[in-house]
Amino acid sequence: MIKRFLYSQKVAPYVFVLPFVLVFAIFWVYPLLSSFQMSFQQITLGQDSSFARFDNYSKLLTDTVFLKAVVNSAIYMVLTLVILIPFPMLFAVLINNRLMWGREFFKSSFFFPALTSVVVAGTIFRLMFGEMEGSLINSVLGLFGVEPVKFLKGQTTGFVALLSLATWRWTGVNMLYFLSGLKSIPDDYYEAASIDGASSFQKFTRITMPLLKPVTIYVLTISIYAGLAMFIESMMLWNGNNSPKNIGLTIVGYLYRQGIEKNNLGYAAAVGIVLLLITMIINLTQLAFTGLFKKED
Amino acid sequence: MSVTRKERVVRICLVVLFTVLCFFILVPFYAVTISAFKPGEELIRYGLNLRFDLNVMSLDNFVYLFTGDHAYFTWFFNSLLLTVVQVVLTLLISATVAYGFSAYDFRGKNFLFICVLLIMMVPFEILLLPLYKLIFNIGLMNSYSAIVLPSIANAATIFFFRQYLSGLPKELIAAGRVDGATEYGIYVRLILPIMKPSFAAMAILNGMNSWNNFLWPFMVLSNEGKYTLPIGLKTLLTPYGNNYDLLIVGSFFSILPIFLLFIAFQKYFIDGMTAGAVKG
Repeated sequence: MIKRFLYSQKVAPYVFVLPFVLVFAIFWVYPLLSSFQMSFQQITLGQDSSFARFDNYSKLLTDTVFLKAVVNSAIYMVLTLVILIPFPMLFAVLINNRLMWGREFFKSSFFFPALTSVVVAGTIFRLMFGEMEGSLINSVLGLFGVEPVKFLKGQTTGFVALLSLATWRWTGVNMLYFLSGLKSIPDDYYEAASIDGASSFQKFTRITMPLLKPVTIYVLTISIYAGLAMFIESMMLWNGNNSPKNIGLTIVGYLYRQGIEKNNLGYAAAVGIVLLLITMIINLTQLAFTGLFKKED
Repeated sequence: MSVTRKERVVRICLVVLFTVLCFFILVPFYAVTISAFKPGEELIRYGLNLRFDLNVMSLDNFVYLFTGDHAYFTWFFNSLLLTVVQVVLTLLISATVAYGFSAYDFRGKNFLFICVLLIMMVPFEILLLPLYKLIFNIGLMNSYSAIVLPSIANAATIFFFRQYLSGLPKELIAAGRVDGATEYGIYVRLILPIMKPSFAAMAILNGMNSWNNFLWPFMVLSNEGKYTLPIGLKTLLTPYGNNYDLLIVGSFFSILPIFLLFIAFQKYFIDGMTAGAVKG
């Protein structure tokens, strides 16, 4: 009887998707709801919690360290977008040129950095941007007569290191996204444009860019997410969650500091909710603006 | 096809440009490779540099890595075990879910699929604390289940498999039914074999993510004997004295397996990585 029920065509689909429903309920919905709840509490792990109304949120509004974290994350996100969308797109178009030699080799080389873990990549960059005269970046600057720079002690130079790391790791991956988008553009379009006497630049702006729009939206969406949620890169560069004057502190870094390091879970949960709101607002605005909803399904 | 003079100039420019870019991309790998052959004090004194100097270079770090008294290979095999378990479970479960989404029309299907897409848009980081609290409360702290369970129905993987299955003829399933196979028999005997090629790309993507995963395992695992490689490497950098010899040769050695896999299975890495970007 039970067997016949489970084997019926009506019930089978639910059996197939059941694992997702369970995981979604236990590891997403429940934590998400409890995150909301926690953000209204004064809470320490293993002890009773108390209701704190909007205390956590009102405290956040005047918390200058939190503000610093938000500003850092926002600047990091914007700069990664500025670097990691136009350049990979341009590189993809160039490498896709029929005159290009050694395409596969270059594609692979560009992809290599994505294979490294943030821990290893962060360690490498921390050592390359070391303050000693002999460390890689400073020794190159030395060739031009520049005094050794203490990269990780200053706001701007610290961000230079952070962005170098992001650029190094993700240029190749984004380039591959754009390359896979280019593959779906028929050659006829370019041939027709050539016949009409279009220049390479015109072909790029009139054909390539508009037709790459779906890929661009995808890259934009994941980059906004990744930029706002960045934490480990900063943790590795500064060898811990403490950078001088919080120059490398991010929103998730602050969430981690309050929640795990200071066991101030309620306050940290409020930080998480603010991060969620910021991410959702930016991404939904972006998606509405770029018109993705209209085309989907 | 003959190449005009102008085209030859274009070609040279392109190759030069990409060689220069490639140089910048590969420099850190070169630096970490030669540093693996240098004593740790070199690193402390001069930082990471490009100096190729056979006088200071030796195999000492490698000898220490393989024979010294440290937990490196414990972490290495922990990572390996965790990666294998995570990949196998994630692939099987995500494929099953994806099949459910692609083969049937059922009540609540659209809602559930929107939930899949939603997961891809909510930063996992905001779930860190409630999830940490949940794992603490159900007593799964310091266990691998705490790392594996939340990710077994992986949204990106479900999405990819569903895309793959959407090209599948419905007649196949109907034919299976005519032959008297049960719903589950059809999935196991007809569909799973067809899905094999798509498993490769997802195995590699999930494997790479699992091998390199850091933040969540770092929060859950507290016993040094259970650490995975990235966590182990991170602990070599402590405020109380950095163990640079082991750190650098260990870092080098942690990239190596995935690097060799990439050389062998390039196509699958790239397919897996770019799976979400182009729709349809």
